[in-house]
Amino acid sequence: MPKKTEAEMTWKDIEVGCIVTEPGNAAQYKTGAWRSQRPTYTFSRCIKCGICQMYCPEGCITQNKEGFFEANLDYCKGCGICAKECPTRVINMVEEEE
Amino acid sequence: MAKRKGIEVSIALSDAVKLTNADVIAAYPITPQTHIVEHLAELVANGELDAAFIPVESEHSAMSACLGSSATGARTFTATAGQGLELMHEVLYVASSMRLPIVMAVANRALSGPLSVWGDHSDVMAVRDTGWIQIFVENGQEAIDHTICAFRIAEDNRVLLPVMVHLDGFHLTHMIEPVTLPEEEDVSRFLPPNRYPLPLDPVKPVAMGDFAPPVIYTEAKWAQEINLRNSKSIILEVWREFEKAFGRKYLPVEHYRSEDAKTLIMTMGSFSETASLAVDSLRQKGESVGQIKLRLWRPFPFKELRDAVKNADTLVILDRALSYGGPGGPVCTEIRAALYNEAKKPKIVSFVGGMGGRDISVAGFEQIITQGMEIARKGSPNEYEIFGVRE
Repeated sequence: MPKKTEAEMTWKDIEVGCIVTEPGNAAQYKTGAWRSQRPTYTFSRCIKCGICQMYCPEGCITQNKEGFFEANLDYCKGCGICAKECPTRVINMVEEEE
Repeated sequence: MAKRKGIEVSIALSDAVKLTNADVIAAYPITPQTHIVEHLAELVANGELDAAFIPVESEHSAMSACLGSSATGARTFTATAGQGLELMHEVLYVASSMRLPIVMAVANRALSGPLSVWGDHSDVMAVRDTGWIQIFVENGQEAIDHTICAFRIAEDNRVLLPVMVHLDGFHLTHMIEPVTLPEEEDVSRFLPPNRYPLPLDPVKPVAMGDFAPPVIYTEAKWAQEINLRNSKSIILEVWREFEKAFGRKYLPVEHYRSEDAKTLIMTMGSFSETASLAVDSLRQKGESVGQIKLRLWRPFPFKELRDAVKNADTLVILDRALSYGGPGGPVCTEIRAALYNEAKKPKIVSFVGGMGGRDISVAGFEQIITQGMEIARKGSPNEYEIFGVRE
């Protein structure tokens, strides 16, 4: 796949049958754009158990410098599973506003 | 030298697949295609053809298995008919957009309902826009020859598209005809090994069948369209090579006594030979009649069609499918569109007939041609004429 972004590619740049020959290019997508809710955190209650990370269907939760678990909002879909599973109620889902 | 023998066309077609040394056959039996896959299953079971025969549970699975097989670079064949073709419908688009060189024989059959196992072209017309190369054959020899050519066309790295070979159910599939089956070494010389450029390979992984957001979908579809259009020159090249190797010549629009004809009858598939006899008969009666036969349905041979009809006054087209509530037979509609902007063009008369296995005799074709000539002179209140219906 050429190094052009999809918006720059012409029909001539597309590989035969739209085959993707370079792994990992799905990372180019910011798939969290259509989220309607986002997680907010009260880290004072966090026990750093990592349950939210294990349950996240998107795999977008990582530990920050202080060791707290936090979702990458470029990819978080706002499903709320982390908030539901968190044993110490660290995570609160709030409406995304325009 | 290859010997001529009498053989059922379905069996001959399967023997042609054997000659191509196909690697994978995934198919579900359905009338009138059954003898093709039955015979291929036998050839594999007897060890005469070293291929994997996948007996799937439906046509949707047959085409899906073909996608997987073709994606590994295996030479892949399947066959179906009528409802079976409809059941694999959505997967057909995937095969062409993924540019997989699958070859499929379609034993053309009427679509239900009422339930009919007999032949017409309603199944062909329903898959018109699936992006496959589509070729009509007229007799047993053509069924063999075009099955072999189909693999070479499909697998050519300038093409890489799936190909349907359309043969009329029963009227062709179940006939015993004299045919010449080529020698295996001649077919091997004509048909190089399949070299798919980016096959599924654990050493060099690729992702196939991907997602395309609006920002790239149009580009992907246009690439596919340009490729299908450009395939025509390679199809013609393959047919020229075939003629050199085997001595039989094929054209996208075939002609029969058409050069000086004022009236042309246009047909597809096995009814063409009957229509040719009607042309002979009318010529004997002093009528200036000729015939053109559409072999290449997709990509549509615009240039060859325009050249073929430019000197005729009347073009009568027989479709074996109905477009309900539409302007006429589906093939006729396309030909009208192809000629609309031409300065010099014949009057076009659309007939629909031969549906659901109803035969049209030589006398029937004479009637279609003469009635067509009359309509061209006097006009008709109808968008199209239905042939042979009891009032």
